[in-house]
Amino acid sequence: MTAATTTGAVPTELAHGHGGGGPAPTRTVVAYGFWIFILSDVTMFTALFAAYAVLAGRTADGPTASDVINLRHVFIETVCLLLSSYACGLGALSAERRRPGRYLVFAALTFALGAAFLFIEISDFVDMAKAGAVPSRSAFLSAFWTLVGMHGAHVTTGLVWLAYMAAQVAAKGLKPHVLRRLLCFSLFWHALDIIWVGVLTLVYLMGAM
Amino acid sequence: MQYVDHHQFDDRSPGVEQQEPTASTLTYTVGFAFALLLTLASFAVTQTGLLWAPGIPVGLVVLALAQIGVHLIFFLHIGFGPESTNNIVALAFGAWIALLVIGGSILIMANLDANMMPM
Repeated sequence: MTAATTTGAVPTELAHGHGGGGPAPTRTVVAYGFWIFILSDVTMFTALFAAYAVLAGRTADGPTASDVINLRHVFIETVCLLLSSYACGLGALSAERRRPGRYLVFAALTFALGAAFLFIEISDFVDMAKAGAVPSRSAFLSAFWTLVGMHGAHVTTGLVWLAYMAAQVAAKGLKPHVLRRLLCFSLFWHALDIIWVGVLTLVYLMGAM
Repeated sequence: MQYVDHHQFDDRSPGVEQQEPTASTLTYTVGFAFALLLTLASFAVTQTGLLWAPGIPVGLVVLALAQIGVHLIFFLHIGFGPESTNNIVALAFGAWIALLVIGGSILIMANLDANMMPM
C-alpha cells in the first residue's frame, strides 16, 4: 500500500475495477462493453441452438442430418477456423508490440483461413440446395440452415470487419483507438470459434452418428 | 497487501492507455494445441469405437465444454485476476441464460413428445 499512503501520489494500484482509485482504463471499459455485446450475441445463438436441438429429428421424411453432413469437409472447416483464431491471436500480439507489418501478415492469414472456411461452407450449402435439402423442406432443415447460416453470416461480417481493420492499421498506424478496435475484433473472432464448437458438436458430430 | 501484483501499472495514471501485453505467443500456441487435440478427440469419439456407444453424446458434450474453457482462457484471456471479475460475472449470466433456454426447451419438448398421442 505504499503508493496509496504517500501524500500526493495517485493511488494507481487501486484503479482497476475496485472503484477506489478512479476510472478503469479505456481499454478495459471498451473490452467489457464489447464482451457484453458478445454475450448478447451468444444468447441469440442459444435460442437457435435450442430450436435445432428440438427440431433435429423432425425431418418430414426428407433428408436427415447424417444424409446432408460431410464430416471430412467439417473437419477441414474446423481446422481452418482454429488456425484462423491462432493467426488472429498472433496478430493481436504483433499489434500490441507495435509491429504493423507483422500484424498485416497475420491479418492476411486470418482472413485467408476464414475465407477458406466460408468457401467450404457455402459450397456444401450449394450441394445441399441442389439435392433438394432446402430450408423449406422440413423443420430440421429450417433449423439447420438458420443455425449454421447465422454462424456463417457472422464469419462473413468478421471478414469484412477484418479487412476494414487492416485498412485502418495501414492508413492510421497502431494508434490507441485502432488498438482498441483490434481488441474488439479479436474478441469477436475468438467468440465465433466458441459458437462453432457448439455447432460442430450438436449439429455435425451428433448428427452424423 | 490484499491485491495481486499490479506493479506493471504503477507508472500510469487511470484512464491512460496500457502498454502491457495481455498474453504471449506461448499462450496462443498452447491454446491452439489444446483446441486441436480436443477437436481431434471429438472426431475420434464419433468415428471409432473408443467410447461405449450410448455414452458418446455425453463424451462429446464434455469435450465441447473443455474446448470452450480452453478458448475462454487461452484466446479470450478470461482469467481469475480482479480485472476479469466483471467479465466473469457477465459470462456466468450468459451461461445461465444458455442453460435455461437450451435445457428448458429440450426438457419441455421431450415431455410434450412423451405425452402426445401418436398421430
